[in-house]
Amino acid sequence: MAEAVTTTSLTAEDRPLLIAERLGKNYGRITACREVSFELYPGEVLAIVGESGSGKSTLLQLLSGQLAPSAGRVSYRMRDGVMRDLAALGEAERRFLFRTDWGYVHQDPAMGLRMAVSAGANVGERLMAIGWNHYGRIRDTAATWLERVEIDLARIDDAPRTYSGGMRQRLQIARNLVTEPRLVFMDEPTGGLDVSVQARLLDLMRNLVSELNLAAIVVTHDLAVARLLSHRIMVMKGGLVIEQGLTDQVLDDPSEPYTQLLVSSILPA
Amino acid sequence: MNTPAYNFAYLDEQTKRMIRRAILKAIAIPGYQVPFASREMPMPYGWGTGGVQVTAAILGPSDVLKVIDQGSDDTTNAISIRKFFEKTAHVATTTRTQEATLIQTRHRIPEAQLHGGQILVYQVPIPEPLRYLEPRETETRRMHALAEYGLMHVKLYEDIARFGHIATSYAYPVRVNDRYVMDPSPTPKFDNPKMDHCPALQLFGAGREKRIYAIPPFTSVVSLDFEDHPFTRYRFDAPCALCAAEDSYLDEIVTDDRGGRMFVCSDTDYCESRQKLGHRGSERVAPHRGGAHG
Repeated sequence: MAEAVTTTSLTAEDRPLLIAERLGKNYGRITACREVSFELYPGEVLAIVGESGSGKSTLLQLLSGQLAPSAGRVSYRMRDGVMRDLAALGEAERRFLFRTDWGYVHQDPAMGLRMAVSAGANVGERLMAIGWNHYGRIRDTAATWLERVEIDLARIDDAPRTYSGGMRQRLQIARNLVTEPRLVFMDEPTGGLDVSVQARLLDLMRNLVSELNLAAIVVTHDLAVARLLSHRIMVMKGGLVIEQGLTDQVLDDPSEPYTQLLVSSILPA
Repeated sequence: MNTPAYNFAYLDEQTKRMIRRAILKAIAIPGYQVPFASREMPMPYGWGTGGVQVTAAILGPSDVLKVIDQGSDDTTNAISIRKFFEKTAHVATTTRTQEATLIQTRHRIPEAQLHGGQILVYQVPIPEPLRYLEPRETETRRMHALAEYGLMHVKLYEDIARFGHIATSYAYPVRVNDRYVMDPSPTPKFDNPKMDHCPALQLFGAGREKRIYAIPPFTSVVSLDFEDHPFTRYRFDAPCALCAAEDSYLDEIVTDDRGGRMFVCSDTDYCESRQKLGHRGSERVAPHRGGAHG
């Protein structure tokens, strides 16, 4: 079946989903990032790694249209197949894109969830925002997604503030994926979780990404996360991309001294 | 020294002009909350400062004013505001809905059908329907601008998830003219259908929050709901104990300390006119068909 899909949609799969061209952002005299160019293909997971202050988060905000770049541009292939410059989209279109075709997983789930509203409504909100108007169907869909992210259905009417950190993060993922986006941005998705919870979450994300053929851009400082999730990796330092390539290649055979340092600083398990 | 130290209807003409401009804008964009420079009024916030300013701005010497508080003409708030305008504008006042040209109301729409030429002025405590869901004013304004109202359904979803039905019984959100979602002030949802295609002009004034909004005559006002949980009116399942009305909104009145209670029309004018026509209720306690949920 996978083959059938590949053959019929070969052309769509062949064209990039998102293109960054010579992106740069200055905050006054400080350069947060510059000259970042890459192409992201459907179903591809790209990890952006680097130490804090290296420009990862700024880059993620530029790519997701939350910040206007000082230089360069980001284009995205809309569902109708047309490549559009993000800066040229109206605010309404950008916000619509954000809650349908894109997902954004925050490091702190409280940023991405409504903490006082039940889990079911958190997942259902995106559906209601695109015009779903049938309570039964919204609830069923929410329940399906809670099951997919391994949240006990008995907790569907509980607010996420009663959830553990790992559950909150899984709920946030469900909330983002319910509209079947094609691209998900993740900002340190496993930050602040303990190791066993991290492992479970990574496992879950890896499965979802491959099942749904999601493209994802994952910002992380944790090379283990990058190795597990991503196909490709970009190493940033001082706002510049200093090395990029296939994840295994970069992590097993880093060419830049800084990447070598990063890789060698992982504690042996 | 006999001339009063204030202008007709208390507010000075420049202030009235400013409020009228806000009202005109509100009428031009039905359901849109127009900011205005709300003034300090000789009454505390929460007592209808917004409604009073709107009334003062549009009141003319030939107007006949009616003021109601929860449907009643004779409660403190209604009497004080009526007296205030009797004193400052020397306008005629009435309790009869049909005779009034201007009706200021706190949380009820009269039972009698309003007619063209009448203006209904609502006192509004919290004009923003999205307020308790989204605390940022910048964000709610943007949501209104882009007509992003998914969040409003989240509130209704929560009701059904928790209580099995839409339990919001007042301040029930409506969509005006197929565009803006609006909080119809804390009127019981029983009154929501009366707003739809109403021949009278409806103006809403929030004094503390400094917002004016409006529903022009004959504008569509639709209560939000789900396909499988449609909007329903709510009324105690009993006839009025004084006039036997079966179609009016009822107040529950506790009559003793042993659980006795009676239900009477909240609209006193409606109830009295029915009694004059000879309708008599049981004048007794007890709803005739049991439970209070309709």
